[in-house]
Amino acid sequence: MTRKPVDTGAPDRLYTVTGGRSRADDSFDLVTLVVSECEPTAGMQSEHVRILDLCRHPTALVELAAELALPITVVRILLGDLHATGKITARHPRLGQSAAAHPDTTLLQEVLHGLRNL
Amino acid sequence: MGSATSEASALPATRTPLGDAAETGLKIVVVGGFGVGKTTLVRSVSEIRPLNTEEVMTQAGIGVDDLGGVAAKTTTTVAFDFGRISLNERLVLYLFGAPGQERFWFLWDRLFTGTLGAVVLVDTRRMDDSWYAIDRLEHHGTPFVVAVNRFDEDTAAHSLDEIRQALALPEGVPLIECDARVRTSGKHVLVTLVDHLYHMALAQESAS
Repeated sequence: MTRKPVDTGAPDRLYTVTGGRSRADDSFDLVTLVVSECEPTAGMQSEHVRILDLCRHPTALVELAAELALPITVVRILLGDLHATGKITARHPRLGQSAAAHPDTTLLQEVLHGLRNL
Repeated sequence: MGSATSEASALPATRTPLGDAAETGLKIVVVGGFGVGKTTLVRSVSEIRPLNTEEVMTQAGIGVDDLGGVAAKTTTTVAFDFGRISLNERLVLYLFGAPGQERFWFLWDRLFTGTLGAVVLVDTRRMDDSWYAIDRLEHHGTPFVVAVNRFDEDTAAHSLDEIRQALALPEGVPLIECDARVRTSGKHVLVTLVDHLYHMALAQESAS
């Protein structure tokens, strides 16, 4: 799979999407599941509209990035906007941002069970 | 949004959304050199066609590209594939195929914090590619298993013992063979990893 999803030749476009910001909200992990809490409204930025549409069901940040064909950082910024205004909620991963956080046996048993049932 | 729209049309026409009870995302990383079969492995077990996304990193001198003493900021774009497995109503596992080359590891460090563990996929014809990945994982304390991708009728096969020696793998690290194209084989690799994690966690819990 060598397809390039993002037109990185046009960084201007990415700046437009984020209103010139390049610092993202790091609280959104790649696998944070995002859920819309409202319908898109008229006049909303098109990327915000698409996120609210996609997140009618829980959707991971990384899937949003792939669907929107935008880099992770840009999607984090967009999610930060929506989160700050209560338009989305976030289900963060249990293991969180700490590399030292080891999963417990109960969780791993659940994972094993799920994998064996594949 | 021109480029984004044209790319979106290349994705599957029908998305498969998660169930509404999904609440916890988990991560496993598949690392390995170029062409070793990372995406193939992800595809063989994923419930969705592997998707591709990327991260743009701005780094002041990552220390790999020789900039001839110019302290320039470089922008690096790293693409990676991922797939998804719904384990049950609440748990969803994401599998990331991460480029193992040395110059991408700064990104790996950042993106994949909080992973359950890693699979190092090895091609015996290019074993050199695996050393750096294994070194970084050990350095980070990220638990991993090593899977030798036996594709293309790899009959000049080195034995697993030889491979363990060549990679200087400690005895405690599981080393298995797989065929990344085959779903049951890919599944076995993941089960081996999580089983390894389970026993590590068990030992830790009984020690404390």
